[in-house]
Amino acid sequence: MAYSKDLLQSLKEKSQQLRKNVVLSMGVGNAGHLGGSFSSADLVSALYFHKMKHDPKNPKMPDRDRFLLSKGHVAILQYSALAEAGYFPKEELNNTKALGSMLQGHPDVLKTPGIEAGTGSLGQGLSIGLGIALGVALDGLKSRVYVLCGDGELAEGQIWEAAMAAAAFKTDNLVALVDKNGMQAQGAITDRFNIGNIAKKWEAFGWHVIEIDGHNMEEILTALDEAETVKDKPKVIIATTIKGKGVSVGENHPVGFHNAPLSEQDYKQALAELTL
Amino acid sequence: MVYDNQREAYGHTLVELGKHNKNIVVLDADLGGSTMGRFFENAYPQRHFEMGIAEANMLSVSAGLACAGKIPFANSFAVFVTGRAFDQIRQTISIGKLNVKIVGSSAGLSDFGDGSTHQSIEDIAIMRAIPNMTVVVPADTNETVQATKAIADYPGPVYLRINRNPYPNVTPADQPFVVGQPTVLKEGSDVVIFATGVTVGMAMEAAQKSSKSVKVVNVSTIKPLDSAKIVELVGSCKYVVTAEEHSIVGGLGGAIAEALHQTSLPIKFLGLKDEFGCSAKNYTELLEHYGITADAIGKLL
Repeated sequence: MAYSKDLLQSLKEKSQQLRKNVVLSMGVGNAGHLGGSFSSADLVSALYFHKMKHDPKNPKMPDRDRFLLSKGHVAILQYSALAEAGYFPKEELNNTKALGSMLQGHPDVLKTPGIEAGTGSLGQGLSIGLGIALGVALDGLKSRVYVLCGDGELAEGQIWEAAMAAAAFKTDNLVALVDKNGMQAQGAITDRFNIGNIAKKWEAFGWHVIEIDGHNMEEILTALDEAETVKDKPKVIIATTIKGKGVSVGENHPVGFHNAPLSEQDYKQALAELTL
Repeated sequence: MVYDNQREAYGHTLVELGKHNKNIVVLDADLGGSTMGRFFENAYPQRHFEMGIAEANMLSVSAGLACAGKIPFANSFAVFVTGRAFDQIRQTISIGKLNVKIVGSSAGLSDFGDGSTHQSIEDIAIMRAIPNMTVVVPADTNETVQATKAIADYPGPVYLRINRNPYPNVTPADQPFVVGQPTVLKEGSDVVIFATGVTVGMAMEAAQKSSKSVKVVNVSTIKPLDSAKIVELVGSCKYVVTAEEHSIVGGLGGAIAEALHQTSLPIKFLGLKDEFGCSAKNYTELLEHYGITADAIGKLL
């Protein structure tokens, strides 16, 4: 399927806006998960501003599609998307992680409109997504459930419990997205705990696997559409990405900017580089 | 209805509830024939999920089902459902106040043959420590029926502790269960026994045999526990005994001690003395081994 240049361009602009929102919400001198937010930004942009059926004015709309951030540490990216979509005023982003804020360090279902479930203890989001997928199917709803995982997170055993179960239940309204940026908190995955060929693993667990460049908007949209057409199987989109994508400070220091503060100079430079 | 044990009372009650409440779903981790989730599976196969031998996934899937508006009852042995899935229960279910019912079957020493690996002696302590969690321990099959019905209508996460074995009823049939409400089974003015689960019947027996005037309170909701109510229930009693089929660390005894911390009343704790269980040929023998008997309670009076 061909996508119009306007659509692709507008989604890329949204991705950049999300990255910009992340930088603005971090500000100067406050730690934030910039690297993993930026690697996921294009995927999240495609979901919130094109693929998912959702309504910021009616966040609990029963037949909405669901998004779960299994890699919950990049909550600032999801908050940026939710604010951009209109779930709450963008000014709230300035209060991220502040005492009493609706925007907690990790997604909190009771505090933030648009958050579907609490995540952050890694490896659990896919199971939660599976539960939602099974629940909406019981109600005959057409909702799809999208779960964004990190590749470092795949070391958690529960991911594979969920993978087995979703295949056993033929849960075809469940789509996992793996942000394969190759990094985990303390370094390259291959250097630390090499998890090997993840596409083959998902395939062996009975999933339909789609591999893409996670910064190529056309490939992202194509993959999301393909995921919709495959029946009787859960789907996983393995998106190769770059940690810190979009700003030199992030791309050049993927380990340092896993969860780090921006200096005033980095902050200014990041905003300057994030042109729309 | 008369049931042989709490598991059967629970399983049949779920089926009854599921008849009218289509949002009730049940999950098992390859132990449905033991938790008696099997009855629900047979009655409503579409609403029963066999999750395989994967408790962590089962609890997070339950969280998701609750997010989709369902009322999941997640069953396994108490030791696994609270131990293996602690983080899942804490992170998503409890922080989010999700409407998940966590059912710990074969609790305490009641899985007598399987030994320490399968006996739960710290599950009440674990679950009680989690904010937003409600902890319910029925005394017998009658109360299991009522408690199961009550928690289905009680919003938020609940841990229900279920015994494996047959023993006589001590609470009346058809008495509606009110979450959070301790019940006085016998009045008395010298000593008060706060008991829970299988020890409630033992406490009654000990109280009836005692020469003292002994009050017996069934604390079938361990959390939330109304401290003022516990103080009031002590009344004129000179000292307090707690009895539970659980470690004396962090369980009912701990909860009662917390409730009475502003009083200067002496408290005697009956339970496992900070030790694991072990295998035995039968339940009675094992309870006797750990001093969880009517006679042992009697000696504390």
